Amino acid sequence: MSERLADWTRGEAAIVFQTCTACGHVQYLHRAFCAACGTGGPREARASGRGRVYATSLVCRAATPETRVHVPYNILLVDCAEGFRMMAHGDNGLAIGDAVTASFKPFAGKLVPYFTKEA
Amino acid sequence: MSFITGVGLTPFGRHEGSSSLDLMSKAAQSALDDAGLKRAEIDGILCGYSTVSPHIMLATVFAEHFGIRPSYAHAVQVGGATGLAMTMLAHHLVVSGVCRNVLVVAGENRLTGQSRDASIQALAQVGHPDYEVPLGPTIPAYYGLVASRYMHEYGVTERDLAEFAVLMRAHACTHPGAQFHDPITVADVMASRPVAMPLKLLDCCPVSDGGAAFVISRERTGKTGVRIRGCAQAHTHQHVTAAPSLSELGAEIAIARAKEATGLAISDVRYAAIYDSFTITLAMLLEDLGLAGRGEAAARARAGHFSRDGEMPLNTHGGLLSYGHCGVGGAMAHLVEAHLQMTGRAANRQVRDASIALLHGDGGVLSSHVSMFLERVR
Repeated sequence: MSERLADWTRGEAAIVFQTCTACGHVQYLHRAFCAACGTGGPREARASGRGRVYATSLVCRAATPETRVHVPYNILLVDCAEGFRMMAHGDNGLAIGDAVTASFKPFAGKLVPYFTKEA
Repeated sequence: MSFITGVGLTPFGRHEGSSSLDLMSKAAQSALDDAGLKRAEIDGILCGYSTVSPHIMLATVFAEHFGIRPSYAHAVQVGGATGLAMTMLAHHLVVSGVCRNVLVVAGENRLTGQSRDASIQALAQVGHPDYEVPLGPTIPAYYGLVASRYMHEYGVTERDLAEFAVLMRAHACTHPGAQFHDPITVADVMASRPVAMPLKLLDCCPVSDGGAAFVISRERTGKTGVRIRGCAQAHTHQHVTAAPSLSELGAEIAIARAKEATGLAISDVRYAAIYDSFTITLAMLLEDLGLAGRGEAAARARAGHFSRDGEMPLNTHGGLLSYGHCGVGGAMAHLVEAHLQMTGRAANRQVRDASIALLHGDGGVLSSHVSMFLERVR
């Protein structure tokens, strides 16, 4: 199996997803196998960062001192162009259905994906 | 067959100086007294977890502390669905002949034993450690995401959701053990502090101290029996990122299986005990279970359908939203109240007919579901 591609969860400004080489299933949460059919070594690729807002929640009450300094921050579920759903941050005004593009921002000591409305 | 022969419930709120074991013991003693059983007659123990005092063997810690040497014991962890999952397991242990009397118990000093931040943080860990938790979500945020989508797809409004907070508070006002006794209005809910939009403070259950317990037995002990007619589970995901679409969530799967197992229909149900961690949870579950049409639950609540005197009385003790939420014991209070209603012991809260009750629990972010039908037998 090839080396794991670095993504934002490892400090790299990238979103990575996996595609099963046997059944074509697309998954976002990294695994050594396909969760649909069990085939090992799914193919990894960087995502385009384009997608549509599926859900939003503006967090106004955070639970840690590190996250509290960022309040309010908008948590999104984004349906990405490649066929997977991910959680991310985004502009406060975003609405469900908006076409969005990813960038990356520091948050509570880490780099996190941040979506803004597609120009 | 299996029967719920005894129930025990502490008041919820502040129990200054009480440990999780203290609250579990108090509830367990009440359940035993209610069932008319002695410690030596309990041969099975199932317990929940405590986020304040985590332990890898909580059931035996409790058994030793309480003074029972069971032939079967372990803890169960399915978040908010734990209480009903334990009841389902107890039912199967009793029906299959493994145990005669299973004590199901949970309790936690979640309010006074740790800071609210610690509690919110501990619970947020149900999120994915790499892909979700670094984004700073909270449990209200996970449900806020679901709420935004549900409102978008079915035209539900924030005012609609507020109806459920108002209803649960109205019910709590009639129960001396509830954490909150001040009536609230839709305007109060709308004006309450934003937590994770669209959810505001009064859309969220509180953090509480408390305990709850029941005994599940092969033979009935009281003059009115409460029989577990049948139950079923469904688990579709853990993380909200991996949740299926709104029309494929576990509640619909669990209730379909429970209906098939019992031969009962929603039209047979006379009392409903439904998980209500947030107003959106209750609204969605009522509609997923078929207790209201899509997008119609709030209108039914507004019309009194789910009130004590309504067609389908719901969580007459005030639910998690207003009786309180002490972790696993929180949703067990729903079953205790259902039992009191079915046995005609709910005092000023008594409904006309609670001959068949539907209970539903949800753990995680609509991840784990248990549906259960109880039937009164004389």
